[in-house]
Amino acid sequence: MYDFDFVKPGSIDGAVKALAAEDAIPLAGGQTLLPSMKQRLNAPSVMVSLRGIPELQGVCRDGDVLVVGAATTHARVATEAAAEYPGLAALAGQIGDPAVRAMGTIGGSLANNDPSACYPAGVLGSGATIVTNAREIAADDFFDGMFATALEEGEIITSVRFPIPQKAAYAKFHQPASRFALAAAFVARFAGTVRVAITGASEGGVFRWTEAEAALKESFTPEALSGLTLPAEGMIGDLHGTPDYRAHLAAVMTRRAVAAAG
Amino acid sequence: MGKVTMTVNGRQMTAEAEGRTLLSTWLREGLGLTGTHVGCDTSQCGACVVHVDGQPVKSCTALAMDLDGAEVRTIEGMANADGSLSAIQQAFQDHHGLQCGFCTPGMVMAAAALLKENPKPTEAEVRHYLEGNICRCTGYHNIVKAVLAASGQDVSGLGIAAE
Ligand SMILES: Cc1cc2nc3c(=O)[nH]c(=O)nc-3n(C[C@H](O)[C@H](O)[C@H](O)COP(=O)(O)OP(=O)(O)OC[C@H]3O[C@@H](n4cnc5c(N)ncnc54)[C@H](O)[C@@H]3O)c2cc1C
Ligand code: FES
Ligand code: FES
Repeated sequence: MYDFDFVKPGSIDGAVKALAAEDAIPLAGGQTLLPSMKQRLNAPSVMVSLRGIPELQGVCRDGDVLVVGAATTHARVATEAAAEYPGLAALAGQIGDPAVRAMGTIGGSLANNDPSACYPAGVLGSGATIVTNAREIAADDFFDGMFATALEEGEIITSVRFPIPQKAAYAKFHQPASRFALAAAFVARFAGTVRVAITGASEGGVFRWTEAEAALKESFTPEALSGLTLPAEGMIGDLHGTPDYRAHLAAVMTRRAVAAAG
Repeated sequence: MGKVTMTVNGRQMTAEAEGRTLLSTWLREGLGLTGTHVGCDTSQCGACVVHVDGQPVKSCTALAMDLDGAEVRTIEGMANADGSLSAIQQAFQDHHGLQCGFCTPGMVMAAAALLKENPKPTEAEVRHYLEGNICRCTGYHNIVKAVLAASGQDVSGLGIAAE
């Protein structure tokens, strides 16, 4: 890893100022960023740690919404969101392994937008809002294809606001070596609407399966999805699975998520 | 370069660090605590797991400077005060939970974190919790058995793997 200057501001304002330096980037849990810097895929001149900013930490309820601070670890969401939004807590508890969950954060996961990551499905499937230091971005406008998002340079996610659904569940088929999703579905039922988000499957990253949403709005049962298929075109093909396999698996995971949501 | 101070195994320790100095490097090269092993150096294998403020962390994937002031426990801090092996370490020895021993520091630290959170785990819970710790020797069976034994559960009925 090339060396860099390390700074650890105590406030969001301090972080935004520090990020104005040339080639400065935020560091949250480091679970993605540090390995990529060891591979020299990333060589910032300044690392701005977000771990010393109290405003970015924690889970709290605000009316019908669950607010998760951007630097809240997966381990904290798994326990602290369990009472208010169990489907989301269960998703956080399935990310990686205990040591990854103790450091990795929701903000880092969303900013990275790995096509096989879990949180993008939870956020898109909940219709959450991503709050940054500058604006609020609807989940539908945030994810912009593999490893790309609507974030501008120097913009930091400060929190994520999740509308709490009546029912929700995440069904993940683990890729056994990386523990990321080989394909996974997050399904959430709200009064009058259903949202379905698929991760791990598409070359375009996380996406909404709108046909499944329409069918589940009529009847929120796994049977309502029988006969519905996803096209293999545009799905990821690699040594772990072909596009056909992933398209099929994503549909199976969607049915399992509906069954698990009950 | 700067100075980083942490409470390591109950004692305040200070050593130099660059921005890029990993916690694993700081412990091994800065403090000479070479019990923490570096296997993959890519956050996959768990050999480098230590406790930071009570939580298991892969020390190859954390910056020393970011953890200035933290409370850290490493394998060197696991033995009992009189120098005898802790229950988990003793169980690894009794149940043949190691062969080459390379993964063992990380396994013991992960197991200790599990038992703190869940003092009587099931076999499935142990296997699930140790997902991020890779062992190339044992086939895991005796590691799982050691962790269950360390939790005070009867493991006499657990399989026939050589002891
Ligand atoms: C062994 C292993 C298994 C894993 N398994 C899974 C899995 O099953 N599912 C899954 O979803 N993920 C998995 N991950 C990834 C893990 O969840 C990461 O923690 C996460 O993707 C990145 O979060 P982080 O806090 O570590 O971010 P970092 O690595 O610190 O940062 C990632 C990127 O986000 C940027 N960033 C961080 N915070 C912010 C912010 N608040 N605002 C703007 N930009 C920001 C950084 O600059 C960087 O570009 C795994 C990782 C490992 C090492
Ligand atoms: S050396 Fe840190 S996880 Fe392998
Ligand atoms: S005992 Fe050799 S790697 Fe686990």
